[in-house]
Amino acid sequence: MTLTEMQGYAFFFLTVFLVVILYGYILHLYRSEKKGERDYEKYGKMALDDELHDRPVEANPKVTNEKKES
Amino acid sequence: MQSSAALEYDYSVAKLYMWTAVIFGIVGMTIGVLIASQLAFPELNYLFGEYGTFSRLRPLHTNVVIYGFTVSGIFATFYYSAQRVLKVSMGESKLLNGLGYLQFILYLIAATGMVISELMGITASKEYAQMEWPLDVLIVVIWVLWGVIMFGLIGMRREKALYISMWYYIACFLGVAMLYLFNNMEVPTIFFSGGVGAWYHSVSMYAGTNDALVQWWWGHNAVAFVFTVPIIAIIYYFLPKESGQAVYSYKLSLLSFWGLMFVYLWAGGHHLLWSTVPDWMQTMGSVFSVVLILPSWGSAINMLLTMKGEWNQLTENPLIKFMVLASTFYMLSTLEGPIQAVKSVNAIAHFTDWIPGHVHDGVLGWVAFMIFAALMHMATRAFKREIYSKSLLEAQFWIQTTGVVLYFTSMWIAGITQGMMWRAVDEYGNLMYSFIDTVSVLHPYYTIRAIGGLLYLIGMFMFAYNFLMTATAGRKLEQEPQFRSPMA
Repeated sequence: MTLTEMQGYAFFFLTVFLVVILYGYILHLYRSEKKGERDYEKYGKMALDDELHDRPVEANPKVTNEKKES
Repeated sequence: MQSSAALEYDYSVAKLYMWTAVIFGIVGMTIGVLIASQLAFPELNYLFGEYGTFSRLRPLHTNVVIYGFTVSGIFATFYYSAQRVLKVSMGESKLLNGLGYLQFILYLIAATGMVISELMGITASKEYAQMEWPLDVLIVVIWVLWGVIMFGLIGMRREKALYISMWYYIACFLGVAMLYLFNNMEVPTIFFSGGVGAWYHSVSMYAGTNDALVQWWWGHNAVAFVFTVPIIAIIYYFLPKESGQAVYSYKLSLLSFWGLMFVYLWAGGHHLLWSTVPDWMQTMGSVFSVVLILPSWGSAINMLLTMKGEWNQLTENPLIKFMVLASTFYMLSTLEGPIQAVKSVNAIAHFTDWIPGHVHDGVLGWVAFMIFAALMHMATRAFKREIYSKSLLEAQFWIQTTGVVLYFTSMWIAGITQGMMWRAVDEYGNLMYSFIDTVSVLHPYYTIRAIGGLLYLIGMFMFAYNFLMTATAGRKLEQEPQFRSPMA
């Protein structure tokens, strides 16, 4: 097998691999939402409710704990 | 971290960058109109001796609009919106706020150094990387400081998840850091020449085709990580916030992000089609450029769909007009780019005026429109004042839109005419036209381009006036507006 052929095969399999990764990611996003593990769309609220006193969409536990300790 | 009830977002650093964006916008675009006019009327080259020639001013134009206007806009929006989506104030950390001021001062020094050195003709002779090594070192420091502030704020955040804009700002930081370091690997000649030559002079560490490859890996990705990625960060925050509508599909925004991140880095080879670069690399550049349509349109369509059911805002709010048209120009530009990257099209398009035409429908229609909208949105919150004039903003929108359309249509016609004339041969295979034949044919289009640029510059001055008046004379606001920016 010549180097050019090897490059060709490598390019083909890399493309297939990346397509699998891409569709796998789409599947992962929709499946985890359907199973109720995660609601991605709620993160869109972060741009709208962005006042300092607004309730965070998901509070950072690290900062919340620090506050409780102090 | 303080937890005072009176805690507010601190926009002091953001405000400084807002002003530099306006000032550099005026400077960069004025030079742009002058050099566009020089192409139509060459005698304009002799206005200011050596300092007024096209060759001296062209790099100054690109550098000032990229590193002055756009980067100021990016920093301003970052210092404004990062606090808000992370729900943490810069005022909560004296260190981070101090570093923000330091970053701004160093940025101002670097930008001034850039303008002066390029006006003096001191250049590393690499496109969009003309600054010589002392300035490059300073820019690395500025960039590292930005990273420290960015990750410092992220470390203090009250919001656990990072909003999609933050992903894009992080990508901008990492992408530019990597690209800038590799492309600017240069050897200061003074250290190896036994003290001969200027102290600031350097040569690239790469040579020949390798240098060209690294240069265009950088050149194209400067478009990616300065003109695209952070501008998407801006639209993902400012369009939803101004319209009061959450992003249409957050999942699509995530998918587009990873798509863009993976694909963009490989597309730079399309700048070197039909050159001495290995053929497979050219093909890869073409293929990845075409694939790039998907993540680009993913973001743009997501933005347009965010306005679903709220299209009335397009007629009522000029800021929404700017952002929706920006998104549309982003779609146009990201379709046009891949078309130019197809090898057969590129054989006609390369080195012609269609290329600056493409660049300008992207930067004038997408980048600058987004920065204008974001600056005005921020002004109402940062200065706690109403926008000075809605009608001025409306007039600016229409004048500048006309300017962009004149710019890119004239360059499309000029570019294709030029490309076809260069290739035309008679029945014996001799070239039918000399170079000067193309120049005389293109003259009217160069004039139209200069007029388009002038209209855009007039809009820039209108914006600067409106911004200045908003900051100083706009009606004071009792309360920060939640969504739509109030305007008189």
